Amino acid sequence: MTNDFTQILGGEAGQGVESTGAGFAQALARAGLYVFAVPDYYSRIRGGHNFYHIRATGSPIFSHNETVHLVLALTREAVKRHAGQVVRGGGVVYDTALNLDKSLLPEGVQDFGMPLKEIVKGAGGTDLMLNTAMTGIAAGLTGLDLGFVEGVIWDNFGRKRGGKMAEANLKVARAAHDYARDHFAERFPFKLRAVDAPKRMLIGGNPAMTLGALAGGCRFMSGYPMTPGSPILEMMSGLAAEYGVVTKHTEDEIAAICTAIGAGRAGVRAGVPTSGGGFSLMVETLGLAGMTEVPVVIFEVQRPGPSTGLATRTEQGDLMFVLHASQGDFPRIVLAPGTIEECFRDGWRAFNLAEKYQCPVFVLSDHFLANSLQTVAPEALDFDRVVIDRGAMLTPEQLDALEGDYKRFAFTESGISPWAPPGHPKAVYASSSDEHNEYGNIEEDADNRSRMMEKRMRKLETARQDMIPPKVYGPTDAEIIFVAWGSSYGPVREAMAMLKEKGVASNFLHITDVWPFPADAVAKVLQKAKRTVSVEGNYTGQMAALIRRETGIQVDQQIHRYDGRPFSPEYILRGLKEA
Amino acid sequence: MVTVKDYQNSVTPTWCPGCGNFGIWRALKMALAGLGLEPHKVMLVSGIGQSSKVPDYVRANGYMTLHGRAIPVATGVKLARPDLKVIVHSGDGDGYAEGLSHMMHAARRNIGIVHVAHNNQIYGLTKGQYSPTSASGTHSKTSPEGSIDRPVNPLMLALAAGATFVARAFSKNAKELSEILMAAIQHRGYALVDILQPCVTFNRVNTYEWYSERVYPAKGEAGYDPASFDWAVKTAQIWGDRIPVGILYQVESLPSYEEQVPALKAGPVGTRPLLPLPPDKVKTLKEAYM
Repeated sequence: MTNDFTQILGGEAGQGVESTGAGFAQALARAGLYVFAVPDYYSRIRGGHNFYHIRATGSPIFSHNETVHLVLALTREAVKRHAGQVVRGGGVVYDTALNLDKSLLPEGVQDFGMPLKEIVKGAGGTDLMLNTAMTGIAAGLTGLDLGFVEGVIWDNFGRKRGGKMAEANLKVARAAHDYARDHFAERFPFKLRAVDAPKRMLIGGNPAMTLGALAGGCRFMSGYPMTPGSPILEMMSGLAAEYGVVTKHTEDEIAAICTAIGAGRAGVRAGVPTSGGGFSLMVETLGLAGMTEVPVVIFEVQRPGPSTGLATRTEQGDLMFVLHASQGDFPRIVLAPGTIEECFRDGWRAFNLAEKYQCPVFVLSDHFLANSLQTVAPEALDFDRVVIDRGAMLTPEQLDALEGDYKRFAFTESGISPWAPPGHPKAVYASSSDEHNEYGNIEEDADNRSRMMEKRMRKLETARQDMIPPKVYGPTDAEIIFVAWGSSYGPVREAMAMLKEKGVASNFLHITDVWPFPADAVAKVLQKAKRTVSVEGNYTGQMAALIRRETGIQVDQQIHRYDGRPFSPEYILRGLKEA
Repeated sequence: MVTVKDYQNSVTPTWCPGCGNFGIWRALKMALAGLGLEPHKVMLVSGIGQSSKVPDYVRANGYMTLHGRAIPVATGVKLARPDLKVIVHSGDGDGYAEGLSHMMHAARRNIGIVHVAHNNQIYGLTKGQYSPTSASGTHSKTSPEGSIDRPVNPLMLALAAGATFVARAFSKNAKELSEILMAAIQHRGYALVDILQPCVTFNRVNTYEWYSERVYPAKGEAGYDPASFDWAVKTAQIWGDRIPVGILYQVESLPSYEEQVPALKAGPVGTRPLLPLPPDKVKTLKEAYM
């Protein structure tokens, strides 16, 4: 079988599993293959068991799956954990020096034990290059042109020690490649061949979202390190000097969102990347943005809670939390992208929505979407479609023409009051987290309070005009309709393909703009459905509950996952059977 | 010419008659007008508390935020618009309890904001609980048997954190106070101005009389040397029968945080137009993933 291949590289933290895995995924992408790669690591710097799951195919895919053809095991633990996942005819690569108990290898799975350390040593390498050897072996067994692996090694090590590191790693990769090819390739039936295809990007949700934010005019980002949100701050900090972005690693998450809101109040598009725990600290300040109508974008990259939970794993458990966080009622917008395209799109859209409706906007992602690498056409990051819309921001001419005291919070039909960044003599005002009048001054009058509350909440209704309705995939008259939001998109699409092979037609309602809730659009689709099945990565079925609350429709079956691992298509199909 | 009148709005303060806040309010407007700063070039940021109502009573850009959070909000304003003069008004509860860690970090960064702390050693807005600067043994609603906590010395904290401008003032002496505020506003980096301020309703100990008997201008003393860290540390600890006021520490040779931010070299990010990324940049950004 050619170009339908999944491998797992497993080892301890510190053995370079993630960097090597990502490198090999890049080699496969450059070979013209479609790639979906998922890192799985423990919350530690050394030891433990990390693995990197890579699926590569000749036709488009939406996620990883559980069919594994090759396990590249750097440790005995890796063999123990993954050998059982390998299909018949697949194989397990390990170092014979590990003195492995052969019974760990299931029947029908090939034993690719080899003197790995000796091969590396013989090529002049060190134990630190065992990971590099594994990529050479994968190429050797699958028949992938080693040139793609070599290219990635050059990219990763090229500049280190004047090229000496690259040379050493290349030698190791070649030696390991040749050994695997000469000893085992002939009896390994799963092959990879380069395909002549247009160049694709290999990218995860976090960088796609960061690029979206940059394109959308984000010029300020503040945050406090927390997996899996902090890579957004790290990436933006790397771009900051060249693109004129102020980034600030603050003393805590409260300061992070306060600083962003300060920048927003001063007229700069500001974003805050975090995860659920960090956002927990930001909750009071979220209300400040709501009350004082200051735009701010919060990138909430979810991980499993409660509390520290599973720090390096995935969950969709914060939906209800972000919808309801902070005291009182105020408008907020919640976007939940499910694909790389949507991560980029929502990355820039969020800033328009925040300024247009002068309220906090969430982009709700998760560890799985943030860190899985996928091949996409370069056009998927559609910079040409980016629009910068600052809403009712007063132009210098409008400011010059202002008469009398400026009403920052003027009552309007849409709820949107024309806003001005500070610095113009005619638009001087103070705003307050206390209830205030149209000028921004503190005001406790009952009538004013009611009108101000209504004005703010009207913005949410006005915002409906800019919401993207949920998308339906698959035939409309299907037996089963899946309902999911955010990152469950990929595994659901794969599950649909598997069902189709079995002769079962299904379709899929994918909700991306979560709040204000697209009640009419959701109801329209679900009312006609024969069997509705929700798929979401949390314990209580938060989206299913929201659908019921907003439409009165109870989905027929709910499939939940809350073990910290991403959905696989097989997991969804097993869940479907249980009903 | 800018005058105090330019900073006056139509809102009547809700402070108790005789409140120390009036003196600070007056001195602030005198200082801003004295420096010839126009109201639209100033941003007053406050938290929550009686002191934090200042922006509501001044005609200038203002932002009344959350209890304890004025400094990080002001930091965001300053990093977005370093061309604005950013002045924080906090109280001793707001600034030295809830917001203490922010103050320490602002000081060590030397971010260019003036931190005006209205220090009346009591919580006013919540009606009379002891604060971080209340003396041990203070009887209040939350310490009816006398407080056990020892008070913080905010000046020492600021000095320890690396503040480059530390001053103490008395709210009754509006002229001296406004001079100190003018120096703080012109300072390069973070400036703490801790203002001793009587609370006429809830603090029956630290009254106008109590302070008037004790405060003395440090400047008039032999050995006055605000350039010396050691002298500042020594002087900041004097508290009791005599309380020194004035600028106790001032260093102008260190760059402020915002002066060193690469993205701000080309001017404030808040005044630059937002343009689409040029095609060559887009190409480079994408190629990093190919």
